[in-house]
Amino acid sequence: MDTHRSGSSSEPSFTRTALDRRTLLKTLGIGAVGLAGIPMLSACTGGAGPSGGSSGKSLTFGSSASDDVPKRAYQAVVDAFQKKSGDTVTTNVVPHNDFQNKINSYLQGSPDDAFTWFAGYRMQYYAGKGLLAPIDDVWQQIGSNYSDALKKASTGPDGKMYFVPNYNYPWGFFYRKSFWAEKGYTVPTTFDDLKTLAAKMKKDGIIPIGYADKDGWPAMGTFDYINMRLNGYQFHVDLCAHKESWNQPKVQAVFDTWKALLPYQDPAALGQTWQDAAQLLGQKKTGMYLLGSFVTQQFTDAAVLAEIDFFPFPSIAVEGQDSIEAPIDGLLLSKKGGQNQAAKDFLQFMGTPEAQNAYYAVDTSNIATAKGADTSKFSPLNKKCADAIANAKNISQFFDRDALPAMANNVMIPALQSFIKDGTVDIKNLESQAATLYAAQ
Amino acid sequence: MPRLRKVRRLSRRDKIVLALMVAIPTLIELIFVWLPTLMSVGLSFAKWNGLALSDIRGAGLDNYKYVAQSYPPFWPAVQHNVLWLVFLAVIATPLGLLLAVLLDQKIRGSRIYQSIFFVPVMLSLALVGVIWQLFYQRDHGLLNYLLGTAETPSAVDWFGDSNVNIWAALVAATWRHAGYVMLLYLAGLKGVDPALKEAAALDGANAGQTFFRVVFPAMRPINIVIVVITIIESLRAFDIVYVINRGTNGLELISALVIQNLVGEGQVIGVGSALATILLVISLVPIVFYLTRTFGKEAKES
Repeated sequence: MDTHRSGSSSEPSFTRTALDRRTLLKTLGIGAVGLAGIPMLSACTGGAGPSGGSSGKSLTFGSSASDDVPKRAYQAVVDAFQKKSGDTVTTNVVPHNDFQNKINSYLQGSPDDAFTWFAGYRMQYYAGKGLLAPIDDVWQQIGSNYSDALKKASTGPDGKMYFVPNYNYPWGFFYRKSFWAEKGYTVPTTFDDLKTLAAKMKKDGIIPIGYADKDGWPAMGTFDYINMRLNGYQFHVDLCAHKESWNQPKVQAVFDTWKALLPYQDPAALGQTWQDAAQLLGQKKTGMYLLGSFVTQQFTDAAVLAEIDFFPFPSIAVEGQDSIEAPIDGLLLSKKGGQNQAAKDFLQFMGTPEAQNAYYAVDTSNIATAKGADTSKFSPLNKKCADAIANAKNISQFFDRDALPAMANNVMIPALQSFIKDGTVDIKNLESQAATLYAAQ
Repeated sequence: MPRLRKVRRLSRRDKIVLALMVAIPTLIELIFVWLPTLMSVGLSFAKWNGLALSDIRGAGLDNYKYVAQSYPPFWPAVQHNVLWLVFLAVIATPLGLLLAVLLDQKIRGSRIYQSIFFVPVMLSLALVGVIWQLFYQRDHGLLNYLLGTAETPSAVDWFGDSNVNIWAALVAATWRHAGYVMLLYLAGLKGVDPALKEAAALDGANAGQTFFRVVFPAMRPINIVIVVITIIESLRAFDIVYVINRGTNGLELISALVIQNLVGEGQVIGVGSALATILLVISLVPIVFYLTRTFGKEAKES
């Protein structure tokens, strides 16, 4: 499935693919030679931390950041690292859809030492299969840069550390400040407030909640939030990992609660993409829109962008607004990369404010994760997003990252689309599908 | 003819060349078509996560049970494939035939019309998607303007409303299929001996009788090709629904489900293989039927 922003990339990636394959082949050769040059001892010096002195080491870095801005942003990180360490980084950029679709064969074939990936089940699954290298030694150096929620999100199923977060972006309700002020709407903090507000908007002739689910995944955000607010973060994560059954009253309650919002959601949801829904929010046709902060990319008019604001999903039953949905992107080491000290150094560098500042200097649409990263250049909205994440006790990764991708793609998309359409859902069937799919892994 | 000895038809070299010419394509066919086919059939009885080969475990009929009993999109997909077949057979193919017959008359600008109707067949998938998007869009689409419902609440969301989107997709499919059928029939009509028509006219047949009793039966080889093409097109129908919404929300087709389950990070190899095997078996029925009919008759006639 797309990561949440891949819908926005409309660049022609075909020519780039050809080019990348070529460079990939070439660099694989270089990588092999480079690796052969590294004394086998380096595998045993895991706990030694960065060995700054010796220069001339090299590593390969597989990047799925193929869109122009993130691509340049990662290049800035690589440049900063090369300058600092004297190591050589060979970057292989692969179009992100290809990268994600081929991750299985990539990790089993000859993967790069370090590569871009996501936190959550999608990382833990490959860690559990032994295809990733644990980096507890790296985390001893960078651990203090991260909040507990981020540390939790970087931990594998065996309790070892695997992931170094780079940036994330929160999901919440976005709205136009001036429009709300003009109409006298106030930010709802409880679910009942939300329903009252939505009813008022509907009376005013506005579609209260912008909605788009043609692509299938955006509706998962609503499910995630209602589940976390109703049943708690741990239940949500366990359900996503299928440690909890879908066929139980708690899950039914999520859909029953959601049903109260259905009359306020844009009835055209199934025919539009999130980009369409973002436009409607900008045009004041919808009152609010639950999406990741990447929604702001769609507001090309600076005046509109300046007055876009954000509020967290209202509380329902438990844990208030403690949990936030904020998918984290970052770096992993392949099994092979675990033997390359330069690759470990690179991941350690990614976990510093210095590297994340280099990244943010180019790509300002995301929030740096490391403590001490420079926030002085953040827009007020980004600051608010960053605060929301920093204050969260738990960070969920979005359903398609917290759950088995097949569960998200093949089961949840059709189920949520039909729920949005007619308000019906068969949790017994969800459980029987989940049982089969998780058992096949 | 006494002087004609029975010649040895093939020299040794000919035999080697022939053997190679048969063996190489057969080998290619075996390796690239039959081997993967058999492997998918095998995998449809297994559970596999696509990682190490040692992870493959037998699953018996579990995948088929899952598809038939627990996978909600499956039965709608079967219905849509059947609907697709009926629609192409009843609407699109006759439409193509009608176009061919009309354009076969000596009307002015016949070539231009032919090109116009054939263009959809040549257009790339992405372009087809864009064209129909312009036509069907809810707010700014041409169709809603023509119906006078554009930008009103009663505007029909042709791609998003699961009650109508299959019909919208079928119209788009017809647009392509009719052009294809038209071209084949135009070629067929050109191949019909004009003497047949003259004879029919002399016998007092009217235009309708001439066509249905004389010309149409004379195009039997083309008809068989068209029947096979129509069936195959309806079974492998995929591109249009995939461009619209990847075959979800009312546009489920078996082929789209195969892709959904086999390609990408979310692959479930066992289930995807089971779906592919089901599609294969369904496809084999009409293909085998028509091939045996065609070749059976030819064998008898010769």
